[in-house]
Amino acid sequence: MTGLVKEIPLVEVLATEEGAVVETPFHRFLSGYCESNIAIGAFFGFLLVLFLAIACPWISPTNPYDLMQVDIMENRLPPGSARYSDGMVYWLGTDGQGRDMLSAIFYGLRTSLFVGAMSGIIALFLGTTVGLIAAYFGGRVDTVIMRIVDLQLSFPTILVALILLAILGQGVDKIIIALVTVQWAYYARTIRSQALIERRREYIEAAQCLALGHCRILFRHLLPNCMPPLIVVGTVQVAHAIALEATLSFLGLGLPPTEPSLGLLIANGFDYMLSGRYWISFYPGVALLIAIATINLMGDQLRDVLNPRLQR
Amino acid sequence: MTIYVIRRLLQAVLVIFIMTVIVFFGVNVIGNPIDILVDPDCDQACFAAAEKALGLDLPIIEQYFVFLNNALEGNLGNSFVIGVPALPLIVERMPATLELALCAMIMAIFLGVPLGMWAGLRPDSISGKIIMGGSILGFSLPSFWVGLMMIMIFAVEFGWLPSTGRGETVTVGGIRLSFLTLDGLSHMLLPAINLALYKISLVIRLTRAGMREAMHQDYVKFARAKGLSTSRVILVHVMRNIMIPVVTILGLELGNVIAFAVVTETIFSWPGMGKLIIDSIQVLDRPVIVAYLMITVFMFIFINLVVDLMYSVIDPRVRLQGIKA
Repeated sequence: MTGLVKEIPLVEVLATEEGAVVETPFHRFLSGYCESNIAIGAFFGFLLVLFLAIACPWISPTNPYDLMQVDIMENRLPPGSARYSDGMVYWLGTDGQGRDMLSAIFYGLRTSLFVGAMSGIIALFLGTTVGLIAAYFGGRVDTVIMRIVDLQLSFPTILVALILLAILGQGVDKIIIALVTVQWAYYARTIRSQALIERRREYIEAAQCLALGHCRILFRHLLPNCMPPLIVVGTVQVAHAIALEATLSFLGLGLPPTEPSLGLLIANGFDYMLSGRYWISFYPGVALLIAIATINLMGDQLRDVLNPRLQR
Repeated sequence: MTIYVIRRLLQAVLVIFIMTVIVFFGVNVIGNPIDILVDPDCDQACFAAAEKALGLDLPIIEQYFVFLNNALEGNLGNSFVIGVPALPLIVERMPATLELALCAMIMAIFLGVPLGMWAGLRPDSISGKIIMGGSILGFSLPSFWVGLMMIMIFAVEFGWLPSTGRGETVTVGGIRLSFLTLDGLSHMLLPAINLALYKISLVIRLTRAGMREAMHQDYVKFARAKGLSTSRVILVHVMRNIMIPVVTILGLELGNVIAFAVVTETIFSWPGMGKLIIDSIQVLDRPVIVAYLMITVFMFIFINLVVDLMYSVIDPRVRLQGIKA
């Protein structure tokens, strides 16, 4: 069986009854992905979440952090109540400070996705570089790097992040540092195992014979051929980062109250829940669940499509 | 084998030593605890006295050696806030956390394995698809939010189960245990389910994957050809083979469960180690944080060692590698 990797530069021409149809690897990937209706739904669900997060300043009914627009007298209103001043409906109720929950969720989604995506991208970049270096140079470099990776992976992510935040304090930058620190090792391990297979292939040898620089071989030749597993791990890890950030913020260690993510909104509702005001915690949780589940579902399908062993 | 064990033990000692350095210097970067602990209208002199009493006036390198020296004697310092030794404070809370973690693991095995086997046997049936969908949901649900919702439904709305504390405990050999009383069990049910949710999903996926792979193997065909009943083939022959990865991964996950108990304990006010560490981080009680970290590092290295050794006993290929290394 040929690996997916070898097929990337090829363009196959398949003769069908209607005539010749050009099938590129991208087409094959697309048709593989679209085999599952759930995966298509997840993709559009994710697009919607992304749209809400990006466009929230223009589409959310109020700006929950503009004190002029918040009336403290209208706190803890149940979903569907109307604003006294102009009759605007609070579709998801209001929280303890009288903020519209719907708007707060849009803004929270924005923060959560931003933190997840940023830490994912930085960790991907860092982990990939380190993993490629380990696989390419091998020997002592590889041993030392992989020892560090193994050591880090033997500790639970939440524990490492907890300690880091206890040391660093609160803030968006701090939580991104913590998330990158706990996640780079996953990328490094994934890319290394793939790169170890790839670097023995002829095209790397050919590139080395052409006396190309290490940097060029690593990033222009080795990296593109190691992409598929990296994409799968990347999706899962971004979902994981969002969940972890929410958990840490819930524990009061992540983001400061001035930049509330979904985790902090849920934590705020915790105090009111015992008196039956469920909506302050419930709806942010639903938003978080949708964000994480759509990413996980997409990752699941990607894993099936990009796994050369399962090629149909 | 012996050489392998010795090598691993030496590595473990080295890792613990490195961790003392990282943990001690890391934690001592956290804001000055004196500001929180002394009286607000304390003057310079009483400030210095407090600093001296806690040993914070020494250079940090010296503080580290004092710490290391004491740690080798089993003393990880006194809590700044309560003034009692930190190590016993944590050890005292440990049974509560371990009890919760083990209960969650048992749930994960007894719910996850049968469900995973069912989904693996009938991957295209509706029930199989529902189980797999449920496992994706279990991965995606933020566990702290599920905890809150469980409190809201089962404790606030219906009032069936208590939502905080450990309930009635029985003391066995100096250790307080909840699972021996009915009241304790009812207190443990919600937190344990909450903690187990993610692990159940994990076990379902592992078992299902193992099951689907195993059903096509020759030994299954042979067992069938021998005329064994389907239930015997599955429960005796296949089960034994798919349990190897499940047991290994669960062994490694035990550490994760203990760490994640921090969240569950905070939600359900379960008086374990996790709640203690969150409280200590909030008041910057450095010795307790350091002691907690050292204990968890110790625990994880021990768990990893046991799992690796167990694996090398179960799987001959690993054993060979170990001897060569």
